[in-house]
This record gives sequence, structure tokens and C-alpha cells, in this order.
Amino acid sequence: MGQIVSTALLAVGAAFSLIAAIGVVRFPDLFLRMHCSTKSATLGVSCIMLGAALHFGDLVSFTKALAAILFILVTAPVAAHVLARAAYFAGVPLWKGTLSDAMHEQGEHRIAGLEQPAEPDAEAETPGNGSRSRE
Amino acid sequence: MAKDIITGMLLAAILLAFFRLARGPSLPDRAVALDLISTIVIGLIGVYAVSTDDPLFLDLAVVLALIAFLATVAFARFIAKGGHPWDKS
Repeated sequence: MGQIVSTALLAVGAAFSLIAAIGVVRFPDLFLRMHCSTKSATLGVSCIMLGAALHFGDLVSFTKALAAILFILVTAPVAAHVLARAAYFAGVPLWKGTLSDAMHEQGEHRIAGLEQPAEPDAEAETPGNGSRSRE
Repeated sequence: MAKDIITGMLLAAILLAFFRLARGPSLPDRAVALDLISTIVIGLIGVYAVSTDDPLFLDLAVVLALIAFLATVAFARFIAKGGHPWDKS
């Protein structure tokens, strides 16, 4: 019984990882790709670790798997946020079907975004500094 | 048997992510693909620990989760600095 549940969890985790990879290939935009890869890959790895812990069934491997799950759940959103913020200010183009850009409406300008910043020459020379000076 | 199918699914996922890594139009796309690959490899280590029946591989999964986070943050710093920081200094 435990082996069946463990194998089912492994299969569900592998399916979620495969869905994440398909989304990374198919989605049109960096931020949509990141939405797909971060969330479903985190869920997939958590399922796989839980399945491995159920397969071994002792306290030590359960603790190790739980530590791995907890660490991934804490660090994956942080890494995705840092990467998305850097990519946004580096001027990665948005999908043409994007409906709103909340950071743009708050006055944070992208390097090559919907609207050019005040000094386009200085910004174009050192991309990345424009965001830091406004922080 | 079931473990082979699961390993094949994870390998197919790595292959698809590698397609994005090779093709990705911008540098952040490649960073996302690398992040996804390292996350999938963590899962692959978990499946390998089950199929070889060796719980020591779970330690490897924890260590790889640590290193993958550091690598992604380093890539984000590289993108935020803008291109090649060793040219400017």
C-alpha cells in the first residue's frame, strides 16, 4: 500500500515537472514562462520528495525530504522574484497581449519598455543603473 | 518498470528545458531554463534514490537545492548589473 502511494506521488511529481518544461517551451513571454516553471516545478519536486520519503518510511529520510521540501518552498519564490525583477528592469519585452503593467503605472520605468525613460542616452549606456538610482 | 517511465518523463522535461536554454531569445530566458533544469534534477535525484533504494541520495537533493538557489540569485545579479561587469569596473 505504501509503495503504491509512493509510486503514485513520484508519477504525479514527474508529470508536474513535465508540465513545467512544456510551459517553458510553449509560453510566449519570459514572465509567463517563469510563472509556469517556478510554481509547477516546485509542486513536482515536493511530490517527488514526499514519495521518496514514503518509500523509505523511516524518520531520518522523512526529515531529509521535509527539509528539502521546506527549503525549496522558501527559496523558489525568492529566486523567481529576484530574477523577474532583474529581467523587468533590463527591458525584457512583454507579451503583446499583456493588459496591465502595474510597476510602470507607479512610475518605475523599464530600460526599453512601453515608455522611454527621461535620459535615454545615459540609460542605454549603462542598463541596470536606472533602476538602482530610483530605489 | 514504473520507475523507468517516471525517469523518462523527467528526462523529457530536462530535454524540453534544454531546448529553451539553447533557443531562448534573451539572457533571462536562459537563466529561467537553467533554474528549471536544476529543479528537475533535484526531482531526478529523488527518483534515483528510490530506484536504487539508497536514502543517502536525499542528502544530495538538499545540497543541490541550496546550490540551485545560489546560482539563480547570482544570475539575477549578473542580469541586473547589465551584461559584462568585468568590462566596466
